[in-house]
Amino acid sequence: MQDIFQLAYWIPLLPLLGALINGLGRQYLNKTAAGLLGSGTVLGSFVLSLLIFFQVKAGHSEVVTYFNFIDVASLRIPFAFQLDALSSLFLLIITGVGFLIHVYSTAYMHEESSAQFARYFSYLNLFVFSMLLLVMGANYVILFMGWEGVGLCSYLLIGYWFKNPAYTAAANKAFIMNRIGDLAFLVALFWIITKTGVVSFQEFFNFVQQHQFTEKFSATDITVITVLFFIGATGKSAQLPLYTWLPDAMAGPTPVSALIHAATMVTAGIYLIARSNLLYSLAPHTLHLISWVGLLTALLAASIAVAQNDIKKVLAYSTVSQLGFMFLALGTGAYGAAVFHVMTHAFFKALLFLGSGSVIHAMGGEQDIRNMGGLSKKLRITYLTFLIGCIAIAGIPPFSGFFSKDAILLSVFLHSPLQYVVALFAALLTAFYMFRLLFLTFSGRFRGTQEQAHHVHESPLAMTLPLMVLAVLSIIGGWVGIPAVLVPDAEALSHFLSPVIPMQSHIVSHETEYALMALSTGLVVAMVGAAWMRYRNYQPGKPAPAFIQLLENKWYVDELYQKLIVRPLALLAAWLRTVVEAKGIDGLVNGVGRAVQYSARQLRFVQSGQVGLYVLLMVLSMALLLIVQFFIRK
Amino acid sequence: MPINYYLFLSLALFTIGMVGVLTRRNAIIIFMCIELMLNAVNLLLVAFSKMHYQAALEAGQLATQAGVEGQLFVFFIMVVAAAEVSVGLAIIVMMYRNVHSVDINFLNRLKH
Repeated sequence: MQDIFQLAYWIPLLPLLGALINGLGRQYLNKTAAGLLGSGTVLGSFVLSLLIFFQVKAGHSEVVTYFNFIDVASLRIPFAFQLDALSSLFLLIITGVGFLIHVYSTAYMHEESSAQFARYFSYLNLFVFSMLLLVMGANYVILFMGWEGVGLCSYLLIGYWFKNPAYTAAANKAFIMNRIGDLAFLVALFWIITKTGVVSFQEFFNFVQQHQFTEKFSATDITVITVLFFIGATGKSAQLPLYTWLPDAMAGPTPVSALIHAATMVTAGIYLIARSNLLYSLAPHTLHLISWVGLLTALLAASIAVAQNDIKKVLAYSTVSQLGFMFLALGTGAYGAAVFHVMTHAFFKALLFLGSGSVIHAMGGEQDIRNMGGLSKKLRITYLTFLIGCIAIAGIPPFSGFFSKDAILLSVFLHSPLQYVVALFAALLTAFYMFRLLFLTFSGRFRGTQEQAHHVHESPLAMTLPLMVLAVLSIIGGWVGIPAVLVPDAEALSHFLSPVIPMQSHIVSHETEYALMALSTGLVVAMVGAAWMRYRNYQPGKPAPAFIQLLENKWYVDELYQKLIVRPLALLAAWLRTVVEAKGIDGLVNGVGRAVQYSARQLRFVQSGQVGLYVLLMVLSMALLLIVQFFIRK
Repeated sequence: MPINYYLFLSLALFTIGMVGVLTRRNAIIIFMCIELMLNAVNLLLVAFSKMHYQAALEAGQLATQAGVEGQLFVFFIMVVAAAEVSVGLAIIVMMYRNVHSVDINFLNRLKH
């Protein structure tokens, strides 16, 4: 049965085939065929991933090498897939959630023309392929290929409706911000190759263990590599200071936001660091940096989410905030908790995004929650599933979010009580803004137009079915990580991941653990109550206080970047164009031409046609040559 | 005879030839001067060849072939010079037919 590992290459290959067929045949495929092809290939990958997952669960793991990707001098980079606990878990998340979102998309995108529909599925499949490559690669180079691939697909899908200039601008922003991080990633990669000459995870970690803190691999190397990888991760996973692209990325279709900008791609940074946990454990300063960046991102994004009025923007900032929590977990050394939160977050955030898509679909494209309200009666399934998602993300037991967030908070508490207080505050903000979103959207009185009220309808089964599946997962998904203090033989996930991520033994009394859980749960419930009091019967029209306006404008971070980075760069570019390019470079090129013309005009008088003169010049030149030869060159 | 004499003679011939080329305007005389320069070089080659041969003999190498290349070279130059004379005189004849002159300054259309 271990032969299934040999079939692993089909997991990324299937979506790639789907992408190629859908992309090249988009003029000839009808919508049913394109949708079936797109979803079917991912379903096939999911089935294979399940088989591999069970093999890994039975205790097997393997690096399958296919061919030499690069073989230059002493550097050998094989094209190999690593099938172990971490990658098989990510495989399940990507293909499982990915499949549900593909199914959802068949209904959500149904108003597109068939060629555009197939193009959409082609991009989506290509994304799944790249993401699978990213998590399956057995070395940093394959990982980087996937890393770039998902960035490209993200760009393509954000700019899917490319006729809208604002959307293409958002796509560019996402791409450029990602490139900044990618540069750091590349430098880290080169650093590793220069220092160690190996890139595969196994060889590299062996090398690190053998030579750590010696001449060959000093503490500086470790710190630089970890920090550079982290910068790469901040770009991909939308952390401070590179997070501003993610909210703008909501320009893409909603299922794209669910798949790429919530469930999978943005967790690539967490995957990278969790995969390199051995290296990071040697770099306490980097971990410290990561924990603070994660914490500040979580807090900042949560505070912005409180005042946003676009249903997708709230979810986007919520995603940034949750990613911050994951980085906080990584920074405190709780890699397992971070991966756990990646998993539960994939479930409930995909659910929330798809739910918001269902709402937007029902409202005929309306995204402003001030114009919604009272939708719970019309959209029963969407409402119930959205409610489940909100409870899960807020962290109320026994929903999934509670367990993963609790694991993170416990680790933070043991690490630094100060960070714990801030993180708890961010978690409370999470509960508040999520339930604000829920109440504004679904309860109270309908605030939209007459036409919209007439149009509101529940979405078709292809959309509600993924919602229901994800809702179930959002409830039970956390049970794999129930802390040992609650039930015996718990923390199945940590045991499962232990070959890749060493288990952590918390030395903490049961009382403390109970107290922390009770504290966070109690406060979260209180925040839900506060949101209920405040937004149950929301009436628009009151001008917001100054502080809320500051939050509504996202702390003016975009404007700040515009002033500090974009404007000076644009000015520099304009200066380079008008002065350096027009005067300097053009001047140089034209100057060469003019010099040749001028000297030619002067020298043509030498060509008099008098043979005697020519001969004289020839003799003089020869004499000169002789002089040079005999007297000067010596 | 010391080599110096040959050297001075050939230098004198060469200089006469060169001055002739530079100063005269009659194509045929220029031609003759070129021949003079060529033969000055020939003379030099033969002189050096002889010198080397003599030196080898005096060093006791009775069956030596030292300096034979110089002699060979002279023959080649003579052959080439003969060919050149035939071509050059032909050109001068054509020139005379066209412009009824052998004055080289008459032929200044090279600049166009």
